[in-house]
Parts: sequence; C-alpha cells; structure tokens
Amino acid sequence: MLRVLLERWRQGHRTMPLTGTWSALPERYRGRPVLPTDACPPACTACVDACPTEALGLEGRHPVLDLGRCLFCPACVEACPLARLGFSRDPRLAVSRVQDLMLRPDHAPVLAERLDADMRRLFGRSLRLRQVSAGGCNACEADANVLNTVGFDLARTGIQFVASPRHADGLLITGPVTENMREALWKTYQATPEPRLVIAVGACAISGGPYRGHPEVLDGASGLLPVDLFVPGCPPHPLTLLDGLLRWLGQLEAVPTP
Amino acid sequence: MEAHLINGQALPLAELPVFEPGAWRARLAAALEAGDWLAAMLPTPTPGGARLVAVLASNLGRLRVLTCPLPTTLASLTPTHPQVHWFERELAETGSVAIEGHPHLRPIRADRSAEAPYYRLESPQLHEVAVGPVHAGVIEPGHFRFQCHGEEVLHLEIRLGYQHRGIERRLVGGPDRRTMAYMETAAGDTTVGHATAHALVMEGLMDLAVPPRAEVVRALALELERLANHVGDLGALAGDVGYLPGASYLGRLRGDFLNLTLELAGNRFGRGLVRVGGVGLDLEPARATRLAGALGRARGELEGVLDLLLTEPALQARFCGMGRLEPPRARELGLVGPAARASGLSTDVRRDWAWGAYRACQLPVPTWHSGTVHGRMWVRIAEIRASLAAVALWLGALPAGAARVAETTLRPHHLAVGLVEGWRGAIAHVGITDAQGRFAAYKLVDPSFHNWMGLAMVMRGEPISHFPICNKSFNLSYCGHDL
Repeated sequence: MLRVLLERWRQGHRTMPLTGTWSALPERYRGRPVLPTDACPPACTACVDACPTEALGLEGRHPVLDLGRCLFCPACVEACPLARLGFSRDPRLAVSRVQDLMLRPDHAPVLAERLDADMRRLFGRSLRLRQVSAGGCNACEADANVLNTVGFDLARTGIQFVASPRHADGLLITGPVTENMREALWKTYQATPEPRLVIAVGACAISGGPYRGHPEVLDGASGLLPVDLFVPGCPPHPLTLLDGLLRWLGQLEAVPTP
Repeated sequence: MEAHLINGQALPLAELPVFEPGAWRARLAAALEAGDWLAAMLPTPTPGGARLVAVLASNLGRLRVLTCPLPTTLASLTPTHPQVHWFERELAETGSVAIEGHPHLRPIRADRSAEAPYYRLESPQLHEVAVGPVHAGVIEPGHFRFQCHGEEVLHLEIRLGYQHRGIERRLVGGPDRRTMAYMETAAGDTTVGHATAHALVMEGLMDLAVPPRAEVVRALALELERLANHVGDLGALAGDVGYLPGASYLGRLRGDFLNLTLELAGNRFGRGLVRVGGVGLDLEPARATRLAGALGRARGELEGVLDLLLTEPALQARFCGMGRLEPPRARELGLVGPAARASGLSTDVRRDWAWGAYRACQLPVPTWHSGTVHGRMWVRIAEIRASLAAVALWLGALPAGAARVAETTLRPHHLAVGLVEGWRGAIAHVGITDAQGRFAAYKLVDPSFHNWMGLAMVMRGEPISHFPICNKSFNLSYCGHDL
C-alpha cells in the first residue's frame, strides 16, 4: 500500500489543459498541410504523381488537397523539386461539411461548425459514443482510446465511449468500412437510438484512405451512413480528434485558455 | 539440394530446386520435426508454371525455401504437424489447392455472408456464447464462439476476416506509390515492423546495401514501437483486473513512447520513417540528444510502475496460473514473440535471423517457463528493460554517414524474404518478382497469424470470465491477420 502511495506521489498530476497544448508538438509533427500560394511552374505534376491516395490535384497551376484522402505522409514534400509544399504543426483539422475537406491555397481554412442549438442542448455536455472499427488498422483506434488516459481525461468534457450502441448517442467509425463489416456496422447504427451522430475518424473512414477503390471496401463510412464530423489524419493526432469534438459540441468557448 | 538464404537476401527463382509434391511434403515434415519454424507458405506463378513455396526459418540463421509445382490436392500435414494448420486453411481458401484430411478446414478471411458452420459440442448441458464482431471496447472486430459448460470454456473458435481489405491481392503487379502505405497500415500498431520487413525484401530484390546509420535508426524506431505497445499492454492487463495505478500510469507512459516516435518520425506510429534504401528522416545529433533526455525521463517514471506490477499481491493472485499454454503445445503450434517466450521457447528473429543493426547489437532474449498470463507479463517487462537499454545505447552511438541510398530496380525472377521481430513476434514478408521485376506474388505474415490459435487453446478449461485477461495477454492483431 505504501509503495502504491509513494508511486502515486512520484507520478504526480499529469492531466493536460484541454486547449493550447498543441504548441508543444515537436517540429517534425505533420499537421495541417501548407500549399504554395503563388502559381507552380507550368507542366510540373511531381507532387500529384507522388501522392499515394490521389489526394492532391491541380487547379490551373495551383495544387489543391483533399484532407479526407491525405495520409499526411511526406511523399509530396519530398517530390516537389522547389520544396514548395510542407506541413504546419497545427493539429486542428476536423470539419463538419464534406466540402470543407478541400484545401485550396486562396481559401481560409474552415474548421468544424458547432452543432445546431437543439443538438447541442442534447449532446453539448454529454455525448456517449460507440466506436466501430470497420477495417481500421488499430492506429486510429489506439489514438482515439488514448483520450481516455489520465493525460487527456476525455471524461471531463462529458464525452465517453460506451459498450453498447443502445447506450450511445452516436458512432465513431474508423477504417475504410470493409464489405465484411458492412452488415455489422449497419446493425450497430440501427441499434443506436435517434437522434444519432456519426463521426468518421481518419483517412480510411473518410475516403477509404490507401484502400480507396478496392472492391473489398466501401471507401469510407459515407458509403453506408450519413457522416456529421470528419476528422482527417493517418491517424489523427489525439489533439485533432479532441479539438474537433469540442469545437463541434460548442465547448471551446467555455474552456479558459491557459 | 535445397536452397538456403539469409534474412533479407534474394535468390534467382532458377536456383530454387523444385521437388515433386510428395517429396516437398516429406521435406517440409522433416524440417518441422527437426525444429524449423514455418515462416510463410504461398502459391506463386513462375516461368516454369505455378509453384507452391514454403519458407522455413532454420538453425544457424538460415532460411530454407522449398518449392513444388502447385498441386491440385495436398494431403494435410496438420494432424501430425499442427503449426501448418492455419497456412493450409489460407491455401484452401485461395481455391488453388484442395487440402485433404484437415481436421477443421474453414476459411480464415472469407466473405462473411457465406459462413461455414462453427464447431459445436451438442449436449443439453452445454451452451454457446457468441461475442463480436463489434466488441465492448475500442477494439477491432472479430467473432469469438465459446462452447461452455457453466462457466468453464470447453472450446473457443475464433472467426476473423472482418478487416479484410485486399492488401496482398493489390500488391501483385507492384511496387507502386501506394505500396509503403499498405505496409504502414497492414497492422497500424506495427507500422515500423511491417515497413522494415518490406524494406528488407525490396532491398534484397534490388541488391541494395543500406547505410549503417539507417539500420540503427530503423532498429531504434522498432524498439520504440515495442516499448509503446508493451507498456500499453501491461496497462491494459492491470486495467482488466481493476488495478488502476497500473492502468493509469502505464496508459499515460505509453503515450510518452509514442511521442518519442513522433519526435523522430513526425507521426506517433512511425509512418514516413522507414523507406526503401534507408530512412526518410535522419536523426540529427540535437534530435538524438532530445530523444535521449525524454527517454531517460520516461524510463525513470516507468521503473517504479513495473516494480508495482511485479510485487502487487492482488495482481500475482490473478495472473499466476491463468491462461496456461504448455511449452510443448506452444512449440507444436509454431507460436512466436512474447507469447512463445513466456511458454519457454527461446526464439527471437533479432538473435536467430538477425538483420541490420541487430547483427552488431544482441539483445537478451528473456524466457519464462509458466506459459501463463503472468509469464506473458513478465516477458514483456524484461523486454521493455532490454529495449530501453538498447535505445539508450544507439542514441549515444549513431553511425555517421548517409541515412538513405537511392532505390534501383527490382531484379526479375527473384525471391526475397524479410523477417523482423515485431513487438508481437516474427513478421515474415516474401516477395517474388516476374520477368519485368514487378511482384508476381507478395506475402505478409503477421505474428498474429501464428498466435490466434494459441489464444484459443489457453481458454480451454478456463472460466469464460478470464477471456478478456487472456486476450489482453496476447493482444493480437485483427487487421494484420485479415490484410
């Protein structure tokens, strides 16, 4: 018993503040991609050709990026002969409308909008989620689970993962949704009482990720269900998911900035 | 003569002797009886026609490759050599070979809508418990079917395949720009392990020498992956028996190790780091110093918690004696990794088929004799301590020089094998090229492929309430199995 108490004292209080912690992310962390604002040389398609998931495209001579497909891998950065592409350390990426996933150099980034007042009244301070992995590789699952550790202490926001869809207000889906999980995911959705919310976490759940186009998958949760929140990443950093959830539930104003 | 090669080496297909199926089967049986371990078995097209290839990990660091013309039928080896059982089920599922005499020839990844019936015990005194594919926790899908007499489990059948994404099918004709993404997401918690095994295959096929600096950075990342997962597993075990100090501290410390990988690779799971020809991101002296400082702090905070796990009577009372897998059973099933070592099998790719930095830096291979949940906890703790020491050593002694060399083209009509000791155990990748130097076949074998049956076996005779703890003590991959 004394050893436990001694260890408790040694470990200390390690719960992080809910916001403002992302400035501590290391310099190599690949957060929100940065696109060049001026035009690229004519006929250069190096970044588009290198992208494993066709996330990058060209509009005229400007690269545009679908955050829902992006694996946040360094392929495009390495491929650009002029080193015009990069990643910022900004982990805030979640959006609530599918069209907001498209990143264009001349558009200000859009983040998840607050749920409407009725939904916030229901779920703003208490949201129970059933997680369903449908072909996920256990990276998104692991970094969603990490929010339950004492470091993030998700429960203080009123958000909890629950065991049964019947106890849940929504589903948090990871993976490209395999054909073999289609029925199980659909039944889980049907078992969740209305009104219910659906969150797609990670490139796979948004677009199929690297598995896009495989006949074995449905190219993401939208192939089966209406999605209310999109959290890009491969996997999203826990702060990306946390920021998206709090922004969406309208909790961010209530949280004092440290 | 048989064909021998070492880990990461490639051989021309023309140098592989082709046996008659009967002789192939006899040689495979003899090798298993002599103590070889079956790393991979796959059908492949070759210039001389379709072949069946078995890769055996043998003694003295050798790998043996046995090939035969792809037979239409094959007498099952499973009744006499159980470690072949899952490979034969996989082979039968591809439809290329009919396996005769297998005791339980069910598909392992098939379409869920056409399911074969479960193994059932019929008695009015027995009942069946069905769990999954959607489980109670934040965890991947699989189905567990228990045959129970009261609380006691008589048999557990594990049905997988829900995570099947078609990786191996899509790799044929590659490599291409998606290939590394498949490797890094085959089993996301083993990103570095699978990426390294793939890099070994590619570098073998390209006849590429990786700079020593890259080999050390890869090994460092592999040990950080082991540390994060082992620490997380210990926390999960503590949580499952309600020991909250262990669950809380280790759950947080797991994140500290993931953050070390983030500092190194820009991603908490190491994505973007391992690349063919070396590593995509170098480890500069300043970064190595920062990592060493952070590692030292995490190590200090971890040691006290590990001591708690080893001395807390409540934990010993639960874990000792639970989920026992006898050493002979572990050997005949071909178990790998910490689960095998906890059943007394001294096997570790880092020592027995060493590659890269492990050829120059031997880590101890801890074993435990009990084969229980406690044994699997003990082995993980010993491995954590060994990995911590190795990472600290490497951070202080990085070889100078380049971190990556340029890729070349794959040699046509070659076969290469890459074995890596991931945190769950041996990962095997086999790549075979066609006339154009594209993949004619590519096989990934996650350690879970060998170990799921081990979990099913330990549940026999256990109360069903022990399942979550036994399951955590293995912590196997669903996606790594289903591919």
